[in-house]
Amino acid sequence: MTQLLQALINGVMAGTLIAVPAIGFSAIFAVLRFPNFAIASYATIGAFAAWWANTALALPILPSVLVAFALTGIVGVVAEEASLKRLRGNGALIVAIASIALNLVLENIVRFFFGNEMRGYDLPIARDIRFWDLRIGPQQLQSLGFAVAIMAAVFLFLRYTRFGKAMRAVADNPDLARLKGIDPARIAIATIFLGAGLSGVGGVLIGLDTTIDPLTGYRVLLSVFAAAVLGGLGSIPGAVIGALSLGIAEELALLVAPASYRTGVGFIAILLMLTFRPRGILGERAA
Amino acid sequence: MLSYVVFTLTLCGIYALLALSLNLIWGGVGLVNLGLAGFFAVGAYASALATGAGAPVLIGWGAALVVGAAVGVIVTFATLRLRDDYLAIVTLGFAELIRLVALNERWLTNGSDGISGIRAPLRAELGAQNFAYLYLALVTLVLALVWLLLRRLDASPYGRAMKAIREDQQLAAFAGKPVLRFKIQAFALSAAIAALAGALYAHFQSYVSPDHFQPLITIYIFLAVTAGGVGRPSGAVLGAYFVVIFLEATRFLTEWVPGLQAVQVAAMREMLIGLALILVLHLRPQGILPERIPKAPPAPGQV
Repeated sequence: MTQLLQALINGVMAGTLIAVPAIGFSAIFAVLRFPNFAIASYATIGAFAAWWANTALALPILPSVLVAFALTGIVGVVAEEASLKRLRGNGALIVAIASIALNLVLENIVRFFFGNEMRGYDLPIARDIRFWDLRIGPQQLQSLGFAVAIMAAVFLFLRYTRFGKAMRAVADNPDLARLKGIDPARIAIATIFLGAGLSGVGGVLIGLDTTIDPLTGYRVLLSVFAAAVLGGLGSIPGAVIGALSLGIAEELALLVAPASYRTGVGFIAILLMLTFRPRGILGERAA
Repeated sequence: MLSYVVFTLTLCGIYALLALSLNLIWGGVGLVNLGLAGFFAVGAYASALATGAGAPVLIGWGAALVVGAAVGVIVTFATLRLRDDYLAIVTLGFAELIRLVALNERWLTNGSDGISGIRAPLRAELGAQNFAYLYLALVTLVLALVWLLLRRLDASPYGRAMKAIREDQQLAAFAGKPVLRFKIQAFALSAAIAALAGALYAHFQSYVSPDHFQPLITIYIFLAVTAGGVGRPSGAVLGAYFVVIFLEATRFLTEWVPGLQAVQVAAMREMLIGLALILVLHLRPQGILPERIPKAPPAPGQV
């Protein structure tokens, strides 16, 4: 029983961290209609940006997270404008393939400058909080807090600001949005900034839990995809629910399967979901 | 030097088979397979295990074809009905799962140590040098056969129906083509070809391990097919030769840049691959050998 509860707690924790880049991925998918593989490198760049701010500038974690958000947002916009934008007319698959190439380029820029060795953030060592027989790390709790605050901010932004509303309008019906005077190019830039920035923050949150290296982002890419497909491709609340379900499923699977199969759970989850409920938990359309 | 050229050309042939596999599914019915490295691995392990259990090499290759096709159908069965981006995500996940299985199921795959001593046909009789020539000839022969087959397929009514599905699947369905069956068959054949490439690779290296099947290979093949020309088997083959030569060239190129560490050299090479793919997509998306669209025959009565 304790084991099960601990697995649930760990699952919610892990799921909340995945939810942040999953929202980024889903936002880009909802507006630009292609699966952006470059979010893996955005997560890596975010993790390194925050690491640099944290260790070289000796900033605490919260400002480091903000640095990561802004920097990856900018990198995302520049990369998108330079390499993917002109391909949008050629169909989603071509843009997706180009985003894989872009991911390879960005990941290797990080590798070129930082090498392959693992790095850790400068964090105070703290004892786990224990109650009953369950354990939670204070760092995990802090990351959880960040993640929840960021998600709340994204929801408020999408719900109440002009930009947020315009984004949802484009996601819903691009032609109608354009008729209403919404400039699709500006919305695309804002979406990429938000999506890349959130992926960057996701990279930091995941890095805080372990260590970072140039493959940090790639390792979570599959979980992010799985979360987005589980929740319904393109749905932002879906991405959150998908991430939480995935986190819990991964932890529960660890009770019966070896830990090394963790990333495999995401794949099995995608296959099962697509077989039985292809539109995902909250999605509208799949075919 | 000569053995280096023979080695590289053999690798070219194997990559060209992978490119033909991707071209069949992408240039044919318009789907992408991001798990190419996974199917490549499945074939390599299937043949390594079959011949390890005592089967002759040809049976090993046959096993790779069958297992590859079967796995292809199982993996895509659920997704081919859906929008194409789902297939991209699922195949990527599949390659990762195959890597995990190869790493963790030691009883089957010997984990990260890999399987060594895979039988190389006639190597003992011919010696290492002659074996290399023989194997190059063998790989090139298999490549030529598959290329001929796929060219025939392209020109056949079956191939035309595939391309109709690629262009507009609703229209193709309306014209009475069983779209889903075409997609499943094309994917199975494509997966089988990738697995055959894996089997050829396994007996060529006589050693396979999970490290040999990095997702990077999939990106190389995408570059090959885009550069060569999506939708044309000759383009895919040409593209694969170009990519292997480009890869080897970057090896020499980066040696000239002084003061770089090994990891930086590796990073630069991968960066060049990514940049090349982006550039090709921008500058020449139709590839070196663009697809030839045959003219429609004149309608009856118009002649």
